[in-house]
Amino acid sequence: MNSVEYKKKKIVCTNCPLGCKINVVYADADEIEIVEVKGNRCKRGLEFVKQEITDPLRVVVTSVKVEDGEISMASVRSDKPVPLRLMQDIMKILKETKVKAPVKRGDVVIQNILDTGSDIIATRSVNRKK
Amino acid sequence: MKYETDVVVLGGGGGGMAAAKAADKNGANVILIEREEENGGVLNQCIHNGFGIHYYRKDLTGPEFKETLQEELANTNIKILNSAFVLNVNKDKQLTFVNHKGIHEIKTKALVMATGARERHFNSLAVPGDRVAGIFTAGVAQKYINLQNLKPANSALIVGSGDIGLIMARRLHLEGIEVKGVVEILPYPGGLERNVQQCLRDYNIPLYLSHTVTRVEGNKRLSKVYVSQVDENRQVIPNTEKVFNVDALITSVGLIPLTDPVKFVETGPGFITSNTNQTSEDWIFAAGNCTVVFDLVDYVSREGEKAGKYAALYSQNQYFPEQKVKVKKGKNINILHPMYIDPNERTKLYLRVSKTFKRVEVTVEPLGIKMIEEEARPSEMIEISIKPFKDKNLKEIEVSARELG
Repeated sequence: MNSVEYKKKKIVCTNCPLGCKINVVYADADEIEIVEVKGNRCKRGLEFVKQEITDPLRVVVTSVKVEDGEISMASVRSDKPVPLRLMQDIMKILKETKVKAPVKRGDVVIQNILDTGSDIIATRSVNRKK
Repeated sequence: MKYETDVVVLGGGGGGMAAAKAADKNGANVILIEREEENGGVLNQCIHNGFGIHYYRKDLTGPEFKETLQEELANTNIKILNSAFVLNVNKDKQLTFVNHKGIHEIKTKALVMATGARERHFNSLAVPGDRVAGIFTAGVAQKYINLQNLKPANSALIVGSGDIGLIMARRLHLEGIEVKGVVEILPYPGGLERNVQQCLRDYNIPLYLSHTVTRVEGNKRLSKVYVSQVDENRQVIPNTEKVFNVDALITSVGLIPLTDPVKFVETGPGFITSNTNQTSEDWIFAAGNCTVVFDLVDYVSREGEKAGKYAALYSQNQYFPEQKVKVKKGKNINILHPMYIDPNERTKLYLRVSKTFKRVEVTVEPLGIKMIEEEARPSEMIEISIKPFKDKNLKEIEVSARELG
C-alpha cells in the first residue's frame, strides 16, 4: 500500500462575517481527501474548506470607467466567486473596461470573464450626465 | 420655508434610510435630511461585498445595499431633502437647516439621529515628524479610488488593521499600488478574521502585529515611515526600527461617533440609548454608528428600523416607557450597547470584550443569561437577544465575560 501524507491546515472561512477558523486534516494524494474538519459553524464552511484546499475562489470587486456618466466610476463585481489565481488577470481586463452611461445595477458588463462561468455585473446605477 | 412633520431622520446612510422606512411604515410623516447630494453615506464608496447577509439574507456590495434600501423608500411618502445641512437642533423640537435655497426651519414631534461616525485622523496619534502630503485616512483613500478614479499613491504603508484598513490594503494592491504592510499596535488584528484572510494573506501582504509608527519623514510629500516593535504595555522596544520607503501612509485607526449638532443629550462618546433607541431626551432617538461603532451595516440598519419605529410611536403618543433598567459593564467588557433597557420590549445587546479569549462565557445577571463564545476578540461584536422581562424592582443588570478553561 502506498503511504499517504496527511496535512493539517487552518482555514478562515470568508463566506460570512463570522469568519470561522476551521481546522482541517486532509490527505493530499492524486485526489484530495478530507479526513477531519473542525470549527465550522455551518455547512457552507465544509464546502468552503474543500474548495479552499483545491482552488480558492473569491468575489472580484472593483470599479470600471463610465463615459458620459454623472460620476466617472461604476462599481462592479463578479456574480459568482472566481479563482483567486485569476484575480490579477481579471483586474487587468477591468482596468481597460469602459461602459457608457446610463448604467443600471445588475447590468452585465462582461459576460463569462476568462471562461470562469462568472459575469461581471454593475453594482450601482449611474445616470447620464445632464 | 417652514416644515412640519412627525419624525425627522438626520442622516441618509444605512441607519437613517432604515429608520425613515420604519417610521413611515408605522404611520408617521417623515422627513429625511442628508447633507450629501445622494443618500447612502459610506455605503457608496464601500464597493466590496459582505453587506446584507443578515438584513437581506444576500451577500451584497455597499452600493447594492444602498440601492435596495433606496428602492424601498421610493414606494413611500417619505420626503427626502438632499444637499441639506442641519445647523441646529433645539429643545423645542425645532431644527434649522441650510440648503441652496437658504435657511429653513422644521417643527417635529420626534427626531432620529443617524449621523454615523467619522474617521480618527493621523494627527490624533501624535507621531513625531513632518506634516507632509501623502497621509490619508482609509476612507479618504477609498473615496479617491472608488468614486473619483484617482490614484493616491505609488507605494503605501497602512497603520491600523481595522476592517477599512484591511480592505484598502487589498484595494490598493489590486490597483497596482505597492502595499508594503499593515502595522498594528495590538497583538491581534483590529478587523474581522475573514478580512485578514481575503485582504492580506490572499495577496501576501505582511501584517506587523505589536508594531507602531514612530516617525514620518518627507519633503512636502511623504517619503519614509519608521516603524518599531512594541512590548505588551505598548512601549517601543529599542533597536527594532524598520524603515519603509513609501509615498503614502493610510490610517485606519478607528471611528468616532458623530453626535453634532445635538448638544443636550447624554453621550459617552456616542449617543447613549435604551433598547428602543431612545436617548436621554424623550423625543430624540439614535441609531447606528452615532451610538456605538458597529461591525456590520446589517446591525446599523436593524437598529435604524427600531429607532424609526419607536420615534413614530412616540410622535403618536403611543410610546412612553415606564421603567428604565440600567445596563452596567462588568468584568472584561469594553463596549456595551444599549445602556438602558425598557423591560417591556425585546433587547438586542451588543458588546465587545476587552481582550482576546480562547473561550469565553458572557453572563447577563440577574437575568440568568449565559452564552459561550469560541475565540472572542475585541474586534468582533457579540450579540445577545434578551426577551422582555417583568420585574418592577429591577434597577440594574450587569454584563460580564470570563475565560473558560
